[in-house]
Amino acid sequence: MAIECLVLGAGQEVGKSCAVVTINGKRIMFDCGMHMGYLDHRRFPDFSLISKSADFNTAIDCIVITHFHLDHVGALPYFTEVCGYSGPIYMTYPTKALSPLMLEDYRKVMVDRRGEQELFSNDDIMKCMKKVIAVDLKQTVQVDKDLQIRAYYAGHVLGAAMFYAKVGDAAMVYTGDYNMTPDRHLGAAQIDRLQLDLLITESTYATTVRDSKYAREREFLKAVHKCVADGGKVLIPTFALGRAQELCILLDNYWERMNLKVPIYFSAGLTIQANMYYKMLISWTNQRVKETYATHNAFDFKNVRSFDRSLINAPGPCVLFATPGMISGGFSLEVFKLWAPSEMNLVTLPGYCLAGTIGHKLTTGKPTKIDLDKDIQISVRCQIHQLSFSPHTDAKGIMDLVKFLSPKHVILVHGEKPKMASLKGKIESDLGIQCYYPANNDTVCIPSTCWLKADTSKTFIRSSLNPNFKFVKTISEDKSNLVSKETEATSVLQVHDERVAEGILIVEKSKKAKVVHQNELLLMIGKDKHDVQFAYCCPVQIGNLERTKGMDFALSKNVVSTSDECSWLHLLFAKLATKLGGNIQDFGQHLQVDSIHISVCLKDICPYRTTDGPQKEPAVFFCCTWSVADVNLAWEIISIMENLDLSII
Amino acid sequence: MAGAGAYGRKSAHSQPNCSKSGLGPGPGPDQPIITCRLLRSLFTPLIQTLRGPILSSSSTSPLIQRRVERPRSTRSLPSVYMKFTCLSKGGNFYFPPCHIITVSGFRILLDCPLDLSSLMIFSPIPTHAFSNPELPSPDSVDQKRQKHERPIDSSELIRAQPWFKTVTSLHLWNVPFIDVVLISSPMGMLGLPFLSRVNGFRAKIYVTEVTARIGQLLMEDLVLMNKEFRQFYGCEESGLPQWMNWEKLESLPSLFREIVLGEDGVELGGWMPLYSADDVKGCMQKVHTLKYAQEVCYNGTLIIKAVSSGLEIGTCNWTINGPKRNIACLSSSIFNSSHAMNFDYHALRGNDLIIYSDLSSPVLEDVKDNSCYSAPTSQKSSTLSADNDQEASAELLLSTSESLEEMEKLNFICSCIIDSVKAGGSVLIPIGRLGIILQLLELISLSLEASSLKVPIFIISSVAEELLAFTNIIPEWLCKQRQEKLFSGEPFFAHTQLIKEKKLHVFPAVHSPNLLKIWQEPCIAFSPHWSLRLGPVVHLLRRWSGDENSLLIMEEGVDADLALLPFKPMAMKVLQCSFLSGIKLQKVQPLLKILQPKFVLFPEDLRQLVSYSDTNSHAFFYYCENETLPVPSLKNSSELEIAADLVSLIHCRRLTAESIGIGRLKGDFSVTHGKHQLHSGSEQADSSQSRPPLLHWGSLDLERLLAVLEKMGIRGSVEQGNSDTDSENARVVHVYEPNKALIEVRENSTIISASNESLSSLIFEAVDGILSGL
Repeated sequence: MAIECLVLGAGQEVGKSCAVVTINGKRIMFDCGMHMGYLDHRRFPDFSLISKSADFNTAIDCIVITHFHLDHVGALPYFTEVCGYSGPIYMTYPTKALSPLMLEDYRKVMVDRRGEQELFSNDDIMKCMKKVIAVDLKQTVQVDKDLQIRAYYAGHVLGAAMFYAKVGDAAMVYTGDYNMTPDRHLGAAQIDRLQLDLLITESTYATTVRDSKYAREREFLKAVHKCVADGGKVLIPTFALGRAQELCILLDNYWERMNLKVPIYFSAGLTIQANMYYKMLISWTNQRVKETYATHNAFDFKNVRSFDRSLINAPGPCVLFATPGMISGGFSLEVFKLWAPSEMNLVTLPGYCLAGTIGHKLTTGKPTKIDLDKDIQISVRCQIHQLSFSPHTDAKGIMDLVKFLSPKHVILVHGEKPKMASLKGKIESDLGIQCYYPANNDTVCIPSTCWLKADTSKTFIRSSLNPNFKFVKTISEDKSNLVSKETEATSVLQVHDERVAEGILIVEKSKKAKVVHQNELLLMIGKDKHDVQFAYCCPVQIGNLERTKGMDFALSKNVVSTSDECSWLHLLFAKLATKLGGNIQDFGQHLQVDSIHISVCLKDICPYRTTDGPQKEPAVFFCCTWSVADVNLAWEIISIMENLDLSII
Repeated sequence: MAGAGAYGRKSAHSQPNCSKSGLGPGPGPDQPIITCRLLRSLFTPLIQTLRGPILSSSSTSPLIQRRVERPRSTRSLPSVYMKFTCLSKGGNFYFPPCHIITVSGFRILLDCPLDLSSLMIFSPIPTHAFSNPELPSPDSVDQKRQKHERPIDSSELIRAQPWFKTVTSLHLWNVPFIDVVLISSPMGMLGLPFLSRVNGFRAKIYVTEVTARIGQLLMEDLVLMNKEFRQFYGCEESGLPQWMNWEKLESLPSLFREIVLGEDGVELGGWMPLYSADDVKGCMQKVHTLKYAQEVCYNGTLIIKAVSSGLEIGTCNWTINGPKRNIACLSSSIFNSSHAMNFDYHALRGNDLIIYSDLSSPVLEDVKDNSCYSAPTSQKSSTLSADNDQEASAELLLSTSESLEEMEKLNFICSCIIDSVKAGGSVLIPIGRLGIILQLLELISLSLEASSLKVPIFIISSVAEELLAFTNIIPEWLCKQRQEKLFSGEPFFAHTQLIKEKKLHVFPAVHSPNLLKIWQEPCIAFSPHWSLRLGPVVHLLRRWSGDENSLLIMEEGVDADLALLPFKPMAMKVLQCSFLSGIKLQKVQPLLKILQPKFVLFPEDLRQLVSYSDTNSHAFFYYCENETLPVPSLKNSSELEIAADLVSLIHCRRLTAESIGIGRLKGDFSVTHGKHQLHSGSEQADSSQSRPPLLHWGSLDLERLLAVLEKMGIRGSVEQGNSDTDSENARVVHVYEPNKALIEVRENSTIISASNESLSSLIFEAVDGILSGL
């Protein structure tokens, strides 16, 4: 069995995440994103690689969307409404609620502002979202008889999830984007320890290790406070969802604490509407924010009001969140044009800005003039503050997750090629896990776990569960006690429980395989047992008997009488016990180590006595028998016995 | 019979299932308070005369007479059998059943409720106007009562700090031996702090997130309401309260005595003073919360999962998957809910055993007409294919007639409310069902608006504010229609808007300062507790009980006679209404048909009411309270999963005669996620080398042995067994080259004795080659 992973997007790049994974015959599409950097066919994943005949309903069993960012959900309406996929689509409740907002916003920007031909209509978005099945975290969803999926909290944005998928014995996790450290409103990613064949993880910050965010937050608040204290206006261009709410919680708290009265505005209705969603989905935020639901919902911002266009030129300080982010157009650009020329004002750019946007120009250099187009030029005198908050995990977080899950294979997506190569090396060398980072449209094939299923008997299970204790006595001198001059020799009994399951597999034609305990086999196949045993009658020297106090033996026979049998056995036990440790047991009439059985031999002629000729030294004979399992140990014991002298105490 | 039967089900225009009547000023016996459709069927034992033995001698402890013997440790029982004991059938919506099962050696408690209806034997806190020290003491009344049973007087209510009645039989079990507690609803959780505070309690408690939250709020509310009593009666006396003395108990009216002692007179031990706020806190810390359909693995063996039951927000049915069997615990469930997520019965398919524990039986009275329900599908022509049959069943299950009926009821209640406020009366709603409250709020506000009435709605409860806020942040637990509101960005329930518009006012208590400021009558007030003994409702009911325009809305299944006793004489109108609280009996069979279990544990009480056509393949076991049922398993062997890499290492030996292959298997055994697995262990290295067989069978042919030995350069001679050796038929091979050795061969055994290790192993090789072995 194998798992096949076809990377349609986010292979050695960031954008249009899309991976199609085939597990035991089931095909799942993870994410269906669009690339914001392209305007041609490259913006969508190449769906023709999934099915040449474009029959996507038979080619794909389900689609799983990890979160509402356009590079993860952007191509979904296109795929369902234009390409015609009508199978099940799964996403978390927040993702289902917020994705249409993102998609519609994007569509509007494309059509209304840039005048492009639309790739999907508003109607398409609505129809597409109707097909989506919302799932809760940790809810085990049975997609069909064989395919099971489950969402885990991923941090990153509201409702972001990592998805676990299992078909038969093979299992994998696709992380989407995730964050291993909690932020102002979201918690850290959380997942169970799972048995995985494959982990597909993002690697945006494959080589970066980030410090604490609190310093940067303080810096941001200080900059904003200083600006408004001096009567300036602060423009924060941001997308409606995610960062806007995070910064707003930050500012709202700060305003509360510092008792500031300067108004904070949200530009368009979109963000206000988004706040409504955040309020209802507060249980998807972090613990601290979540607990506020009853008394005062944290997304009920006290100091935030909605912005009116007439306020742009109103005097006095204010803070304004305006969409879209990166000042790529729209309202944020409109406000920027008016506020940029005053040095009292501040523009704070949170997050990453795509090349080509004004945001990018502002952060890359210190331009004093920006050409909007051929005719319009804006002079930039305001302060620029860049805020490098990122809801992605860093390299340490990726390594932690990989180590925690310990999958058999790792595939890296959603990152930059050279950094991915370095992370791959690190995963392979540090964790010993095979790692791949395929390019777009490449397929990676990995073997998957397969379990052979067999019926088993109760005896086998019981024997496997039985503790198999090994007692080892170690005598250790407590050296720390030397001060008290009493060197206490404490004997420590170590108990090992090494359970090993041993059984016999029976395979019969046209029957399910069966595993039984060894003792049950012969009954099953109807045969009689033939016992194969080894025997050896071993002489042990007893030296000069005069030296052995209190023991009166019949010397002439070279053997001992019955009454002394036990004492000889006991002597032998004492000797062997010191050499063999705690495994040997004294049963009075015989000694036993596993299957090895040692007893005093009283016969004149023992058939198992193979030594020739008369004994030079007085000796006691011990008859030893054992079965094949303990051959090596038995011979070891015999060699010890032959070199012993029982009279030396 | 004022208004009785006017809205009977059989009337032509099929009015909803509510009835209303004005309450006469006096408690005359010919003045029935309420006639309702479902005549307290679940409380029949309470209103019948005592049937069980009444303990007359105070020396007889009620705890001696027991029907159940203390269960022995079930760990010693064969694990093939599962054991099931119903500890309590429960009573109504507020008192769900309680069972204990032993499966795979683990003891699982299903729900831990409180019987809060028994609170009604206590008197509510007297107000100054009400409390009259000159009232005859219960003792003097007693003499009269015993002679001729007459209606109980309110003075006979027990005037003491109330105790709470737990499930008595639960106390017979050793608490530290309970491994798992599964809670299916907030009501099933109310007795949990009694259990979790026991020394040695170590069970894992699993509850859905929402049930845990709502349950906690309900418990905290209960503790707070109970505090009022403590303030009134002062600190609790140590030891048993006075009313529990035998003399006092015997002098109680028979109805009260039955509530206190139970039908069989053994339930006195179940009474406890309420837990403290700290107990609740401690209990909540021990709770593990789950989402719907979240799998959790207990001890590597049992996979436990909660799926929605539709009864209330967050309520669930549990499935337990063990290595030997799959169990579904089916509690009261509603197929079509208008607030909570629907009953997810598909998730219960594929279980061998269904524990049917929905005793709500909302249509018991219909039985009179139909005597019993047979499967509707079985009456259809038998030509229907099984598939069609299933579809038909599913259709029947999902028919929305129930929810329409429920909606009709609510609308009817609403119209009564509007009538009352129009007449200048206030309306008091002490119903404790969250779903009903939420829906009534929406409907009432619409009705008020429609009739352009400006009547304020109050909710007075210490936990109302939090509870209402909570319902608007849990879309994942709501029905489809409410979830749609999330996707269109509206609040799930209307109350957020109502609060904003100041149409709805929420206060923690009647004495909240702001409440007095805006209080205005007539008004509509929701307030706990439904037993009419605790909480703000007591004050409001006293205030309005004399007003004939006011209206009290009560639930059926509550003994209204008893509940209203302390408030008599009452002029206030009372509307008693039953709400759907579980699976209707006619749906039982179609449901089981779809679920296809092999065994069904079914309550004996419902046996007569549901008939089964013999086409059903499932076997029924009927259970009664306090009887332990062993349930056999179908599977005798368990399944073992063997890692593929381990299988490849097996040296398989083929048995010549049969087409059987056998091989030794060695690995690390583990039980994870309910599966037995064999992994390639640490000892891989040596198991890859072929080891000598440890087990032999067949017989040893001496001629062949000598020949084989010869080839190895070992020479020996056969000596027939002489009479000296103990066994007659032993034949001995004496080896003389290269060294001395001896092989003693019998029918079923061989002994090899050689002077050194290498010779011994060579001989073994030869023997092994001739015998079959593994």
